[in-house]
Amino acid sequence: MKRKLLIIGGVLLACIVCFGALWAVSRLCAPKYHDTLIDGHLTGEYYRETTDHDVLFIGDCEVFEHFSPVTLYNEYGITSYIRGGAQQLVWQSYYLLEDALLTETPKVVVYNVLALKYGEPQSEAYNRLNLDGMRWGSAKIGAIRASMTEGEDFMSYVFPLLRYHDRIASLTAEDFTYWFSDGDPVSFKGYVMHTGVDPATETPTETYEKKLPESSILWLERMAALCEAHGVSLVLIKSPSIYPLWHPEWDAEIAAFAKSHGLRYDNMIAENDAIGIDMQTDTYDQGQHLNVFGAEKLSRYFGAVLRDEFGLADHRGEAAYDADYAALTARYEIGKHE
Amino acid sequence: MLFPSWAFLLFLAVLVPVYYLVPKRIQWIVLLLANGVFVCFAGLLGAVFMAVTIVTVYAASRGIDTLFISQRDTLAAMKATHTKEERKKERLRFEKKRRGILVACLVVNFGILFALKYGAMLGRLSAGLFGTKAFGQDLALTMGISFYTFSTVGYLLDVYRETIPAEKNPLKLALFTSFFPLLVQGPITRFETAGKALTEPHTFSGERFLSASLRIAWGYWKKLIVADRLLVAVRALCAKPDVYRGDFILVEMLLYAACLYADFTGGIDITIGVGEMLGVPIEENFNRPYFSKSISEYWRRWHITLGEWFKRYVYYPLSVSKPMRALSKGTRRFGVGVSRRVPVYLATLLVWALTGAWHGSNLTFLVWGLLNGAVILLSEELKPLYARFHARFPRLTESAFYRGFTVIRTVLLLSSLRILDCYGTVKDAFSSFFSMFTTWNWGAVFRGGVQSLGLSYFDYAVAFSGVLAMFALSMVQRSGAIRPRILKRGTVFSVCVLLVLIGTILIFGRYGFGFDASQFIYNRF
Amino acid sequence: MEQLLDILRELHPETDFETETRLVDGGVLASFDIVMLITRIEEEFDVVIPAKDIVPANFNSAEALYALITRIGEQDD
Repeated sequence: MKRKLLIIGGVLLACIVCFGALWAVSRLCAPKYHDTLIDGHLTGEYYRETTDHDVLFIGDCEVFEHFSPVTLYNEYGITSYIRGGAQQLVWQSYYLLEDALLTETPKVVVYNVLALKYGEPQSEAYNRLNLDGMRWGSAKIGAIRASMTEGEDFMSYVFPLLRYHDRIASLTAEDFTYWFSDGDPVSFKGYVMHTGVDPATETPTETYEKKLPESSILWLERMAALCEAHGVSLVLIKSPSIYPLWHPEWDAEIAAFAKSHGLRYDNMIAENDAIGIDMQTDTYDQGQHLNVFGAEKLSRYFGAVLRDEFGLADHRGEAAYDADYAALTARYEIGKHE
Repeated sequence: MLFPSWAFLLFLAVLVPVYYLVPKRIQWIVLLLANGVFVCFAGLLGAVFMAVTIVTVYAASRGIDTLFISQRDTLAAMKATHTKEERKKERLRFEKKRRGILVACLVVNFGILFALKYGAMLGRLSAGLFGTKAFGQDLALTMGISFYTFSTVGYLLDVYRETIPAEKNPLKLALFTSFFPLLVQGPITRFETAGKALTEPHTFSGERFLSASLRIAWGYWKKLIVADRLLVAVRALCAKPDVYRGDFILVEMLLYAACLYADFTGGIDITIGVGEMLGVPIEENFNRPYFSKSISEYWRRWHITLGEWFKRYVYYPLSVSKPMRALSKGTRRFGVGVSRRVPVYLATLLVWALTGAWHGSNLTFLVWGLLNGAVILLSEELKPLYARFHARFPRLTESAFYRGFTVIRTVLLLSSLRILDCYGTVKDAFSSFFSMFTTWNWGAVFRGGVQSLGLSYFDYAVAFSGVLAMFALSMVQRSGAIRPRILKRGTVFSVCVLLVLIGTILIFGRYGFGFDASQFIYNRF
Repeated sequence: MEQLLDILRELHPETDFETETRLVDGGVLASFDIVMLITRIEEEFDVVIPAKDIVPANFNSAEALYALITRIGEQDD
């Protein structure tokens, strides 16, 4: 009997050591997204938040590079967070919202509509970037199942080693530095700062489907229903970048959608003058994305809209928020002047 | 369902516990159902073809068996009333009937095989001519259809030869034909052994389970760490016969030898391991083949079951057949030497032509088969010469050095023949092979050449370590099987070995997104 | 029996056929040898060994092979 117990103990110990080692290797091989490809770090950073938010932005690069929560707070006392990711598809946005609603209930959710042009899973790399950082739960499972491209399998999301084991041949110093720690946040409440300037040149043209994919609209319906169920106001926006192009037919379709669902829809492409954005100085990549100067202008403009239309409270002066944003602002200013 | 797939592992994880938990009486029924699931998973059309094989072979074997019985009864009844001549006539009448049944059944089953193998080729042709979709191509690739056909036809031939009685329960024959581990790439099994073991009750044994797991893990190890990695480089080399010439061909030969070995033996390890897990012993298909001292010895140690099948059902019957004996007698006027050689030469070349055709519908395979046969016959003819050489230099020929030389010679020779297997045309294969002797380009091979094949230095290092591990294990195997020695050291040690195997596969295996879980090379056949 | 041993020695002079009992399993007689042997047996004994009897058990020793030849010879009568 004692011998048997010893064997069972030994086998268990061997298994634990083996799984421990594999876990360590798995962590080592997984991309760290800290110094390079930092977009992959965004999804996970949300869970470090200690304060709640009145506004949640969700969407693709047109939210996480275009709105600055620091500006929103310092100008209007609006508390906000951006749950955005690179080419974040509409169902990914939906599930990230569902995930966030488990732990907080914002007053307003702002969704940027650009990604609606994609009705099908696009790229494995972006899936990984946006989903690996999600906490486990039904939202993550739903997001993975909706996003998988041909040749991907669910197991590799559960055990990242199955996906990244081949990186063992190309590890860098970054992998060892952040082996067991996530390091400092790379964003400012989900905002990724760019300080460079690269003026816009001419606008490209493209051929396109006149109608947005039905599947995207279905997900948008679900998002509207989710917000309604939680008593959250949903706002649809189109960020003021020149391209990727947002076509008039699409604009009309979303405007009609918003009208029929009683939602606010702001297409800000035409409002550059009102916002004060100058595509010669406020973009870091020729008009695709805004740099920090553009983002601050847009935040100032849109912050006023949010405050006036949705009566958001000014949280400045509340100790918890002040402490949080003071530290963030300090880091933000350093980043801006680097 | 490929071996390296989640679906297959899940399939096993469900089957094994269910198999041992159900009453022993219905264990084989569970296995039959599992086979059904496996077969249908591979494609319904394939299931239909398999059903045809089972039904026709069952009917034929029962028919033949019944004829044996009625022949015995009839002849016994005739003994008192009829002459010997009449009885002989009656016996021949029965024999003819049996042969008719046999031939009809063989035509159906080899017809399917032929249609699928060569149909793909004809399909491609007609697709080119009429713009229709090539038929059968996918199917021939998804399941090693020839393996179960050979096993099941072997059973029928045994019944025909009266070596074994016909199985009365068609479900048991179905179980034998469809036994799932064998469907991927064989080995070809015999009803006498595997067929019987399949329907016997099996009790779970922890030690056997562990032992089987070790073998399965080692199979995956070879397949995912060595074979799938090297396959990338081999494919790249074969794809450009006009670019990779000269010394690249030697690299190709060696990489392909390692790749094919790891792939095929790895797959068979998984097959045999799965069989062991279910308590069903499956014939070994390899016996450290690369340690052979001659090509004919190699073919007795590589893909053993295929060689045995051909010997048993084609080579021997052919060489003792009436026409062959007549031919042998007819050539006596050219001397006894010639007349004695006629059967063996013709049979050898014919069997090798068939073996070649079995490997693929391409002409290269036929040439490959015939060259194998030619080499074997040539070395038989040279035997006296070797004997004299051995007698003359006994110290040299008994040294380990000389033995090593013969082993390396065999590997190089068989690798040279395999070049035919790499290229689409005989011309490319020969031109590539001979470029080895005319183009000296080691410089190009090592300066940029090997890195252009889709593998990094890291990959080569891993593959090379894998090959070293396989070699080391083969050396250890010379003094006996390895797994009993591991198990003797206790459960904890064995589990540690298993975990190390699994861990290294997970880290260094070529699988997952980006690499496609490639089919076993032998699955094509 | 002596006649059979002569044929065997002709094929493999180096083997002691009187004691060896694993001629096929031990790799002494390859398929090539077996067919040669069958051809020679037909010449010398006028006995045709049918395909179904060409199994290792019948060729593993000279004794077993002789027994086979005798059995087939008797059947023919």
